[in-house]
Amino acid sequence: MANFSLKINGQTQEVDVDPTTPMLWVLRDHLKLVGTKFGCGIAQCGACTVHLGDNAVRSCQLPVSAVGEQSITTIEGLSENGDHPVQKAWLEEDVYQCGYCQAGQIMNASAFLKRNPNPTDTEIEDAMNGNICRCGTYTRIKKAIKIASSISNA
Amino acid sequence: MTLIKTTYNRRSFLKSGSLAGGGMILGFSWLASCKPTPEQVSNIPKEWFDINSFLKIGDNGMVTIMSPNPEIGQNVKTSMPMIVADELDVDWKNVIVEQAPLNTDIFQRQLAGGSQSIRVGWSGLRMAGATARHMLVAAAAEAWQVDASEITTDAGIISHTGSDKSASFGEMASKAATMPVPEEVSLKETKDFDIIGTDRRNVDGPNIITGKPLFGIDIQQEGMMIAMIVHPPAFGLTYKSMNADAVKSMPGIKDVFPIEVYKDDTEKQWSDGGAINKLVAIVGESTWQCMQAKKALNVEWEESSALESTKGHDEALTKLLNTSSKQPARNDGNVASAFKKADKIIERTYSAPFLAHNTMEPMNFYADVTAEIALFNGPIQTPEFLEKTLASRLGMPVEKIDIEMSRMGGGFGRRLYGTFGVEAAVISQHIQAPIKLVYTREDDMTQGTYRPTYKVKYKAGLDKEGNLIAWHVKGAGSNDDLLFENRFPAGAVDNYLAEKFSLETNVTTGAWRAPRSNFVAGAEQAFLDEVAEAAGKDPIEFRLELFDRVIKNPVGEPESNDYDPVRYAGVLKLVREKAGWDGNQKNGAARGVSAYYCHNSYVAQVLDMSTDTKSPKVTKVWCAVDCGIVINPMAAKNQIEGGIIDGIGHATYSEMTFENGQPQHKNFDTYRLIRHKEAPKEIESFFVDNGIDPTGLGEPSLPPIIGALANALYKATGQRHYNQPFITEKSVIG
Repeated sequence: MANFSLKINGQTQEVDVDPTTPMLWVLRDHLKLVGTKFGCGIAQCGACTVHLGDNAVRSCQLPVSAVGEQSITTIEGLSENGDHPVQKAWLEEDVYQCGYCQAGQIMNASAFLKRNPNPTDTEIEDAMNGNICRCGTYTRIKKAIKIASSISNA
Repeated sequence: MTLIKTTYNRRSFLKSGSLAGGGMILGFSWLASCKPTPEQVSNIPKEWFDINSFLKIGDNGMVTIMSPNPEIGQNVKTSMPMIVADELDVDWKNVIVEQAPLNTDIFQRQLAGGSQSIRVGWSGLRMAGATARHMLVAAAAEAWQVDASEITTDAGIISHTGSDKSASFGEMASKAATMPVPEEVSLKETKDFDIIGTDRRNVDGPNIITGKPLFGIDIQQEGMMIAMIVHPPAFGLTYKSMNADAVKSMPGIKDVFPIEVYKDDTEKQWSDGGAINKLVAIVGESTWQCMQAKKALNVEWEESSALESTKGHDEALTKLLNTSSKQPARNDGNVASAFKKADKIIERTYSAPFLAHNTMEPMNFYADVTAEIALFNGPIQTPEFLEKTLASRLGMPVEKIDIEMSRMGGGFGRRLYGTFGVEAAVISQHIQAPIKLVYTREDDMTQGTYRPTYKVKYKAGLDKEGNLIAWHVKGAGSNDDLLFENRFPAGAVDNYLAEKFSLETNVTTGAWRAPRSNFVAGAEQAFLDEVAEAAGKDPIEFRLELFDRVIKNPVGEPESNDYDPVRYAGVLKLVREKAGWDGNQKNGAARGVSAYYCHNSYVAQVLDMSTDTKSPKVTKVWCAVDCGIVINPMAAKNQIEGGIIDGIGHATYSEMTFENGQPQHKNFDTYRLIRHKEAPKEIESFFVDNGIDPTGLGEPSLPPIIGALANALYKATGQRHYNQPFITEKSVIG
């Protein structure tokens, strides 16, 4: 066990955990931030996507010991009132079915749009290909990303 | 005006104390952390008045409607309360939805499965709203000393025609709660619906996009520990021994012990399915610590039955299809003599593998079992049946078992089989503490309850004019006999023979989204395409001719045919019109068509594939649906789109195979699911507007799309696809 001081959603959080513990479980078990989801544990489904700095990363493969000074943003910290353009677009398009994978989809989409504010369909598909939606909301996700892009650029 | 007696499940409408007011024994506070919006705060009434089990009205006119059924992503938590709200005549923006407690005495069929929630719930939900509206009107009539027939309601306002008297639902709620429950209520005419048939966004949307704890796996309780299980690595193996002591000393590990999920005298329900009875349980402080212990644990297993393989399953199914059934499922005319007279005979065999459900939220369940009471919370499609099993297994009366239904991260049939709930109960009872059982993805994918593997052989005979004169189908599956012998084309062919066989295996199987239909529809619709081609007819025209035959002169008694040929033909005609089908390829796209009836709804689809690239891609799907009245078109289209993508994905990419009893795919690195790039570029849905009572939509769009896909693939590549997943058959998709 070791102590780590983490910058999460703009706040400093202290945890005492095994250094190999993936951030996914630090968030879910120790910090009670359960918006970040467990799907596969091997970085294949994207349900656990969070932002490390500005980059979308798979928190199931990110040991707490590797985070250091970098800031982490989870779905709970993406916006103050759930009004990030991507969140607004998801509501507008009524994207979700079961909703389980959507935090990961939203976190990946929001990091992607920051890099590429005006993506083409193919760029969206490429960027989102690592996030599985078992309910099959892919066409709505694509539409919502375009809506978010237009909100951001408005 | 439709008058309906409220005697039907009348208990639901009798005032029931605090039931509708969240009178659950447990009252989980896990949503307390959700910060209400300022608008919500100003909308909270000072006092609530219970009108019936489905709803309560606040003194400020806000209405809380209980959603009775488990939510697995089929959106019943929005659409079922919409039905109540419409008959109540309340403004939807003043409605708060809550998940109802499990109480099947009061709420009907609290089960998610078979696309039946809306169909079965329809009358009761309407009656709940209409009964409450009647009581509000009766209260106003008494207060104003006027006749109830002179009172109207609209969007939460009660008005007296002929005077300026009016009151909000909130003002009349306390009096309405004291009014007698009417013996008879009037329901709205369908033309007067103002919530049903309109787009309403998912009531959990704001919680989903902000990561609020909604799912079973999100449950956190004071003193709760994490539990994991270890199950045999192969079907045919059972627990023998382990090195528990070496693992018990690992950091955070509380205990490691074998469990018996069911005792010999446990009264099992159908929902206990193919459970693995002997497991090892690991209990610890955190998930990661349990995962580490799981890796370090050495369990010895012993053989208890045969270690089967995919090759063996395939050979055994083929063998079954080469035998004849002594008792055919259906036998019209004389198939053998018809084939002798036939001008052309086409015979084809289709197959599909086992499939895992792979809900994105792995199986999990919260349990806190004490001597006095047993509390549960988690994702379960069949809470009523789980409750019965738990009572039997724990030796407690049902009244002492309390199950709350969390939102589910997908179901697809997997969570019909609540063995994980029983496992959680047994572990909590043993450790004498609250636990949350969590499966890893590998546990989830390799423990069984799969969609069965199937094979089906079709043989069709055509006369010189291209008329279908004989149809012989043989179906077989693992622990399942596949065929619906009275579905189309039964009734359309004079000589029709259906034979079905079941292969016994120790690989456990269960219902998987649109059971049996999820394979047989695609095979049948692909075969019909070949038969139409052999007959020299347009595939839609060919099908319509067959439906016409059933409409005018059905083979067998009309009731023996399990479909309505008029509605079936209706969706085909609608999709033909919308897709501009003329039998030719459009804009360089290869087209396929398909139609199927299951779960009480009719679906026809046209699928276009691009042919300009090396690997064809699905560019567009047109989908025509007859599910009667559509409650929430926006959500209905979402279900249709999901079913289409799910069907294309599984038919193209997914399979579970076995060697020596061992599942060969354990996680998403080798078990392939459809992804963004492979999904259709566009899906457009159309509904038949016929005012018929609504039927389900969670399943019906999935089965036919596999036929449309296979038929378009043939046009795109010149190759017919007979064996799923299609990706294994040379041509590459997407």
